[in-house]
Amino acid sequence: MSSSWETIIGLETHVQLRTKSKMFCGCATAFGAPPNTQVCPVCLGLPGALPMPNGAAIGLAVRAALALGCTVHPKSVFARKNYFYPDLPKGYQISQFDQPLATNGTLSFLAPERGIVTAGVVRLHLEEDAGKSIHDRFPKATAVDLNRSGVPLIEIVGGPDLRSPAEARAYLQTLKQLLEYIGISDCDMEKGSLRVDANVSVRRAGETALNTRTEVKNINSFAFVEKALTVERDRQIALIESGGAVTQQTMLYDSKENAVRPQRSKEESHDYRYFPEPDLPPLVLTPEFVAEQQSALPELPAAKRDRFVATYALSREHATVVTSNRAVADYYENVVRAGAEPQAAANWVMTEALADAKDHQEQLRVAPGALAQIVALVKGGTLSHQAAKKVFGEVAAKGGEPRTIAEALGLIQVADSNVVAGWVTDVLGAHASEVGRYKSGETKLMAFFVGQVMRASKGKADPKLAQRVLEEKLTAS
Amino acid sequence: MSDAKAVADRLVKAKRLNALLTPPKDLRKSLAIQEAAARPTGVLYGMPVAVKDNICTLEFTTTCGSRILEGYRSPYEATAVAKLKTAGALIAGKTNCDEFAMGSSTEHSAYGRVLHPLDKARVPGGSSGGSAALVAAGAVPAALGSETGGSVRQPAAFCGVVGIKPTYGRVSRYGLVAFGSSLDQIGVFGRSVHDAARVLSVISGRDPRDSTCEDRDPLRLPTVPESLQGFVIGLPKEYFPPELDPAVRRACDRAVRLMKELGAAVREVSLPHTPYAVPTYYVIAPAEASSNLARYDCVRYGPRFDGRVDLRGLYRSTRGQGFGPEVRRRILVGTYVLSAGYYDAYYKRAQQMRALIAQDFRNAFDRGVDLLFTPTVPSPAFKAGEKLSDPIAMYMSDIFTVTANLAGLPAMSLPIGRIKGLPLGGQLVGQAFLEDEMIEAAYALERVVPATDEA
Ligand SMILES: [Zn+2]
Repeated sequence: MSSSWETIIGLETHVQLRTKSKMFCGCATAFGAPPNTQVCPVCLGLPGALPMPNGAAIGLAVRAALALGCTVHPKSVFARKNYFYPDLPKGYQISQFDQPLATNGTLSFLAPERGIVTAGVVRLHLEEDAGKSIHDRFPKATAVDLNRSGVPLIEIVGGPDLRSPAEARAYLQTLKQLLEYIGISDCDMEKGSLRVDANVSVRRAGETALNTRTEVKNINSFAFVEKALTVERDRQIALIESGGAVTQQTMLYDSKENAVRPQRSKEESHDYRYFPEPDLPPLVLTPEFVAEQQSALPELPAAKRDRFVATYALSREHATVVTSNRAVADYYENVVRAGAEPQAAANWVMTEALADAKDHQEQLRVAPGALAQIVALVKGGTLSHQAAKKVFGEVAAKGGEPRTIAEALGLIQVADSNVVAGWVTDVLGAHASEVGRYKSGETKLMAFFVGQVMRASKGKADPKLAQRVLEEKLTAS
Repeated sequence: MSDAKAVADRLVKAKRLNALLTPPKDLRKSLAIQEAAARPTGVLYGMPVAVKDNICTLEFTTTCGSRILEGYRSPYEATAVAKLKTAGALIAGKTNCDEFAMGSSTEHSAYGRVLHPLDKARVPGGSSGGSAALVAAGAVPAALGSETGGSVRQPAAFCGVVGIKPTYGRVSRYGLVAFGSSLDQIGVFGRSVHDAARVLSVISGRDPRDSTCEDRDPLRLPTVPESLQGFVIGLPKEYFPPELDPAVRRACDRAVRLMKELGAAVREVSLPHTPYAVPTYYVIAPAEASSNLARYDCVRYGPRFDGRVDLRGLYRSTRGQGFGPEVRRRILVGTYVLSAGYYDAYYKRAQQMRALIAQDFRNAFDRGVDLLFTPTVPSPAFKAGEKLSDPIAMYMSDIFTVTANLAGLPAMSLPIGRIKGLPLGGQLVGQAFLEDEMIEAAYALERVVPATDEA
């Protein structure tokens, strides 16, 4: 049914900035502290307390804006967003409204159906987080934890440029990767340091106007982004196809039911009565401050990927994987610098190194020099690929020099044709019927014989040499 | 200078005014402790200073004259209070005020009205009426108040004492419970210009906790001048309308003549946007108040008024019963003017008008005027209850004072005579951060003006 429909999605992403202290006070931001222990008069909103902006948070926000190619405004204005809720201690949230920190950026990402897509970033602004209401801790009562109150956030408002739930996921993945890259946030959706709301509408293919949209909230895990948006898209299409119309409302995603339900209108605040925050002068950024943030930015993932394609002759796909994370990219380059052939190094990093890291708290346990040596040993014929994997595992677990470990484990490949010829003779003798079938034209059995030789040699035979000796013997006799 | 017991005795003697919210027992106990801890080297050593109840103190509760903060004890103290204590001053209790500083008569306190020290049927002005009354009654030499639209100068004029509102950003607002944040400043009352000025000097200066407080050294006190030679005093004609009370006009004329005799040059100036000041103020201040007072929901502090557990019910009962009628009125007005669809027509236009009002002052000062002189209030203290049922009439008593708040300028009131025994105030308005010039002129005028004579 979706083939005749087009989906329009724009994401609003809230990202917690990686600062030691809160946006407007000196309280710690560490996750997981006992409730209401990281609070002070300012973030409790006590009578008479005043906010004081955190320069570190402003710096990180500017870095994010620059990484997204936004125009960073020399003057922006904090504004109050007014609404009542028990976990909002002042009765308003300090945010930015009509004069945000930055506007007009872009994010390019690899969309599953459309290839490289450049989505717009409408605006990026600074704000403080609210506290947390806990509804399931005490029977018939709601508890409030204000440790999170005042934690610095940026909100990144993406344009309505995404065309499918899968595309939304890819966009978010790329955004997360970028923000982790530049080190401004840990982007952990489970801890709430990255939160996403989506504006969704549908239209018949070929239409150009935007239809009424809904906002989907409560998408609290990466895995649910695509699911939630698919459910909402399908709901809208079914609604219109059955003669109904989409009404502008907020939908809450329920991951247990994989369903959306409209937020009760009572929970909705329609008028936030924004006005400039009189407790804070306009935020004025000097060109020097912005330049400082620019110079603190590392090479961004897209630029790095293009450079890897150009410098190391990697395919775009491989370059994308190797640059997916800043630590991995740096690791890859160090392996190459230590002498490994670039493509072989990429293969090793993408498979063994990443798999090992996944099982060990993202630690890249084999030193770049050691991996380069393993790559060289394979290339020189000293280690078979299988043997090299074993060596990699050993080095990862215990450290040490790959060649020494390979020798100790007896994994050095035998390249002596007389020794190999001995194993070949044994194998051919033991498999007389296969030899007969080979000679009658079933040449694909060669792989079987090579395998048997490798087995007989416990992996030590040089497989290329084994094949050559096998060919000689099978044609000679 | 004076021991704790004598200070307490004087304050307790003024009890009939209902100006002090601190119970005598608490006051005596705290003063004794403070006296023992006060630094003898401080410039205000031993000086008792009463503090308006919307300024946070550790020693006493901070209720802002409201039921909604009944019994509230701040876990921290205002920067101004901390500076007073560092200078050796004694915090001499908390003074009654209009609820959340909203009012011009101190009749809007949940803890009862304050009586005028000279006529108990009259109001002391407001909202800092308790502070003004205590200074006027001689119970303390100085007191802190706060201004949003004249809440120090107007009661100073009514009670016959000196009241100074500094430039916006001169004194930290940290710990001053917010009403209209872009207008609020802590101000000072004194028996004399000198008492008020030296307290102001102590509490002024930079504060890393308030980003609207200017990064400046504390105010340096000027010396008392021999003359006003070289001063150009402007008389804004909009502040002397034909319908002005003739006695007020006579008192002002006398003060102007005395300043001329001291060598000042006097010229008429115009501040053409003055008629719009009160309406502008009554859009901006309630708008900010509606947001500033949103935090009082009695979820984290303050009394709960009934046992309802439903969230809306809690908001309705705490805010409905916790706030008095004037506060509720201003919250409603403020919420309205910030609402989508009305913002541009009210709040935005008020901000534009505010800029024009500030420009009027700059234009006057750019033409060589150093200070402006005006009546502080259009009439002396009115009778209690007289304006309670007519909010607009009450708001008009701020007509000569709100402009300095809107423009962020320093201004002060000092006694310039009496009408039928009731004090009248003359106002000086200075240029931003030039409080020293304003105080210099006030010193000179104070020495010559017959402050307690009939005008
Ligand atoms: Zn805090």
